[in-house]
Amino acid sequence: MKAGSNLEKLLAGGQFVVTGELGPPKGADVAVIERKAKLLRGNVDAINVTDNQTAIVRMSSIATAAILRQMGLEPTMQMVVRDRNRIAIQSDIFGAYALGIRNILCLSGDHQKFGNHPTAKNVFDLDSMQLIQAVKRMRDEHKVLGGDEIEGPPQMFIGAAANPFADPFEYRVIRLAKKVAAGVDFVQTQCIYDMDKFGQFMQMARDRGLDKKVHILAGVTPLKSVGMARYMKEKVAGMEVPDEVINRMKGAGKEKAKEEGLKICVEQIEQLRKMEGVHGIHLMAIEWEEVVHEIVERAGLLPRPQV
Amino acid sequence: MIIADGKPIKEILGMIERYDKVILAGCKGCVTVCSTGGEKEVGILSSALRLARQAKGKPLEVKEITLERQCDTEYLEPLREIVDGYPAVLSLACGAGIQFLAEKFRKHPILPGVNTQFIGVTEEQGVWTERCQACGNCVLDQTGGICPVARCSKSLFNGPCGGSKKGKCEIDPNVDCGWQLIYDRLKELGQLDELEKVLPVKDWSTSRDGGPRKRIREDLKI
Repeated sequence: MKAGSNLEKLLAGGQFVVTGELGPPKGADVAVIERKAKLLRGNVDAINVTDNQTAIVRMSSIATAAILRQMGLEPTMQMVVRDRNRIAIQSDIFGAYALGIRNILCLSGDHQKFGNHPTAKNVFDLDSMQLIQAVKRMRDEHKVLGGDEIEGPPQMFIGAAANPFADPFEYRVIRLAKKVAAGVDFVQTQCIYDMDKFGQFMQMARDRGLDKKVHILAGVTPLKSVGMARYMKEKVAGMEVPDEVINRMKGAGKEKAKEEGLKICVEQIEQLRKMEGVHGIHLMAIEWEEVVHEIVERAGLLPRPQV
Repeated sequence: MIIADGKPIKEILGMIERYDKVILAGCKGCVTVCSTGGEKEVGILSSALRLARQAKGKPLEVKEITLERQCDTEYLEPLREIVDGYPAVLSLACGAGIQFLAEKFRKHPILPGVNTQFIGVTEEQGVWTERCQACGNCVLDQTGGICPVARCSKSLFNGPCGGSKKGKCEIDPNVDCGWQLIYDRLKELGQLDELEKVLPVKDWSTSRDGGPRKRIREDLKI
C-alpha cells in the first residue's frame, strides 16, 4: 500500500469503485458541506473535493476535505496549479496529509478568465504533470522538489484527470501514458457521453498496456435537461455530447427530462462496467447530489464494499 | 528593445549535431543593438561552430545570412531563396523571430541560438537592464516613470516591502529596490503625495495571464 486509503484498498482488491464529487460552498458555511456529504454517504467510496473549480472562489479544498474526514468520510483533495507556486503546493500537501487526507487529484485548473476574478494573475509554476511528479517524489523519495529531506513524508494516493475528448484525439492516450510515467496511481476522466469514442480511447490505452498500470475511473454526469446537454456540447471545452443523447433528452419532454437523464446515466454505467480496464466510475452529479443514491442503486452498485 | 543572450556553444553544437550544413540567420533588429545576433555575431558564431566541428572530424557547412528583421514577412525573402538547400536554420533572433521563421518555413526545423531575456535598455556600453514586462496596462504615470511590475522583485504596487535596505532589494544587494527608485523619483518631482494613494488590485488580463495577446488595427489591414 502506498497510502492505505479506502480508495486504494478497494482498487487494489479489484473492486469496481464509485467516487463522487462535492463542490465546497462559496463561503464559510459548513452546513452546505454537511448537506451534500449526507447525500453521498454510503453511496460512494471516496469524495472528490474540488479546488475553486471554474476559478470561482470557494472554501479551500483542504479545509473542506478535512471537514469530510472529521465526518468519517474519505475525501480526495483536488489541487490545481493555477493559484499556488511550488512552495505553497508542497506546504499545503504536508498540511493536508497531517489533517488525514490520503488521496490527491493533481490538476491544472480552469483558467481564471472563466471565473469570478477574470483579472487575476495566474501562477502555473508547475503543471499537472510536474505536480504528480512532485507528490510522488515527496511520497517515495521523501524529498521536496528543491531536494531537501522531508520530516514525515506525506503518503498520498495520487490521482490525475484524463480527458479522452479534447484535441488532438490521438495525443490523449500519449498524455495519459505520460501521467502514468510521472507516477499517477488512478485517473478520473472527463464526463463521458460519447461511449464509442471513449471505447476507442480505452482500446488505445489497452494497446499501450496502460490499464494494467493505472486505475481508470470513467467520469459520468447525469443530465438534468436538454438545455444542460446542449450547454455541455457547445460551451464546455473538451466535452462531446452526441446528437443521439441530445435527441433522447429532447424526446423525453420537459417533465420526464430528469428521469431520462438518470436512465442514460445508469445505462452508461452498465456499459462502462463491461469495458475492460475501467476500474470504477467517477460520478459527478454537479449541484445535484440528491440523485447519487438513486443512480448508484439502480446501477446495482449498492451496498458499497467495506474494507 | 528586446534583449537576448547567446546560448552556450556546447548547447548549440548539440542541437545541430545531426546536420552537416545549416543556415545561421541573424537579425538586424534588437539583437544587433544588444550585440547578440547581428551580422558581426553571425560571423563569430559561424567560425566557432565550424572550428568545433572540424576538431571533431565532422565538418559543418554554415551559410551566413542576416535579415533586416525576422518578425516581418516582407524581410524573409532572402532566406526563402536559399532555405531549400539546407536541412535546418539556426536563428539568432529573439523568440518572436525564431517562431515566425518556424511558422513561415514549415519544412525546416528552426533552432534557437539565443536565450531571449527581457525588454530593456542599454544602461551603459555592454550593460543592459530590464524595464518593462509588457503587462499591457501601464501605470508609469503613477509611479514616477519607474515600473513596479518590472523593477520590484515581487511586482508590488504599494511598496517598498520590509526587505528594502539601503536602496537595495532583499533578493540581491546588487539589485536596486524598485520602490526605493520610485520613492526617490517622486520626491525629486515633488509628487510624494502619489504614494499616499493605495494603488488598486491590478487587472492582469491584459498581461500574459490573459492568454496569448493580439493587436488589430482595422484601419491598417489590407
